[in-house]
Amino acid sequence: MDVALNAHGSTLLERARRVAGIAGQHADDVDRNARFPREAVDALISERLLSIQIPVTLGGEGATTAQIAEACTVISQACSASAMVFAMHHIKLSSLVSHGIDSPWHQSFMRRIVDEQLLIASATTEGGIGGNMRNSICAIEIDGDTCRLQKDATVISYGRHADAILITSRAHPDAVTTDQVMTVFTKDQYTLERTNEWDTLGMRGTCSEGYLFKGEAPKEQILPKPFAEIAAQSMLASSHLLWGGVWYGIAVNAMTRAQAFVRAAARKSPGQTPPGALHLAEASSLLQQVRANVTAGLARYEAALAEPELLSSMGFSVAMNNVKIAVSQTVPKIIDHAMQITGIMGYKNGTAFSLGRHLRDAQSAQLMISNDRILANTSNMLLVNKIETNLLG
Amino acid sequence: MKTQIREMLAQYASLPSAATLDDDADLYAAGMSSHGSVQLMLALEDTFDVEFPDNLLNRRSFSTITIIEQTVNQLVAGKEAA
Repeated sequence: MDVALNAHGSTLLERARRVAGIAGQHADDVDRNARFPREAVDALISERLLSIQIPVTLGGEGATTAQIAEACTVISQACSASAMVFAMHHIKLSSLVSHGIDSPWHQSFMRRIVDEQLLIASATTEGGIGGNMRNSICAIEIDGDTCRLQKDATVISYGRHADAILITSRAHPDAVTTDQVMTVFTKDQYTLERTNEWDTLGMRGTCSEGYLFKGEAPKEQILPKPFAEIAAQSMLASSHLLWGGVWYGIAVNAMTRAQAFVRAAARKSPGQTPPGALHLAEASSLLQQVRANVTAGLARYEAALAEPELLSSMGFSVAMNNVKIAVSQTVPKIIDHAMQITGIMGYKNGTAFSLGRHLRDAQSAQLMISNDRILANTSNMLLVNKIETNLLG
Repeated sequence: MKTQIREMLAQYASLPSAATLDDDADLYAAGMSSHGSVQLMLALEDTFDVEFPDNLLNRRSFSTITIIEQTVNQLVAGKEAA
């Protein structure tokens, strides 16, 4: 089946635009009440967008990361929290698709995701490890054919609303903290006891509350690869690139509003350049930098997928880290320009030019995996990895 | 060389268990972090006067004592041939 078209003849982009139409109607309410974007997720389900990444052989559409990132950008222009839920769901799916493809249980689970349009969350952070997901304190315990896990998960985005959770832990009770595995638990196999609220500056609709997770499942639900490999080979790139698609969408919508403001001013006084026009020009250059960073990262990832050695190379990690740093630092600057252009109309809520939600949502970009942590990681790699000297790679 | 690599693992890669690890044991599973692996690379470069080319800077090249030894030997041989 051609990924561009579904059974009803709509392209992926058209399906994403219909979701955006619904997400946009509820974006302010979702933001104001820090509530789950139920309407947008229902639209993702009815457009069957939750399973596009799953290979055609398992009933999905085999969508590429670039196609999913494009959908993230489209939805994010209407509601960035909805787009972030969509992005995070597909980041979890990339782990399943890349590392569960040879495991019978995970294959049949992917078929279930297609049939039932299941929403997948993850639990990678833990109380006591300071946000470094490559360390776990909790350990999975295997008892015969069953595995059991209890985790103080400080953040499980949309945890209460998910149909399954991918969760990290030490591989066994004697394992060192970095010897981790990732296990799929379906909703009927765990309980969640809420430990943290999610009342935040932005991205309020992701409902990233903390929970005490307690689960029990057949042991074949443990992904057959070490989590270190999963993190390096699928999560790193898909996180930074799909988040990049979401953040770019926030900036695009802020710019769309700012441009509408400038054009309205220009029409009122023909022959005069409106005061915000120079800001718009400057911000459009920044917007192009963000787009170029994300699209170059997507192209690099697609090329590396053909060569597993490249995927786990330092040069690739440095490049993906750099996409995240550049995009997360630049998007708030673009929104700041848009605010200068729209003035009080952008500052106020409830106008056609309001930018408060954009500004607040975009602040999350530098914090979700803290840029300081990423820069520390990159700076370590640059002690041995050489700067790329050619232009075209 | 394996003894030297074990000493460096303990000293630079925060792997005190290196002395008793099998030659083919997965060093990452034993607790080596990516930060530790870079410190090990720097120590190897200094001790053996070699430089790791970018195409060897991946997880696999530093995953076991045997593979590290092969990689360093290959670089030392390349340097002598040049």
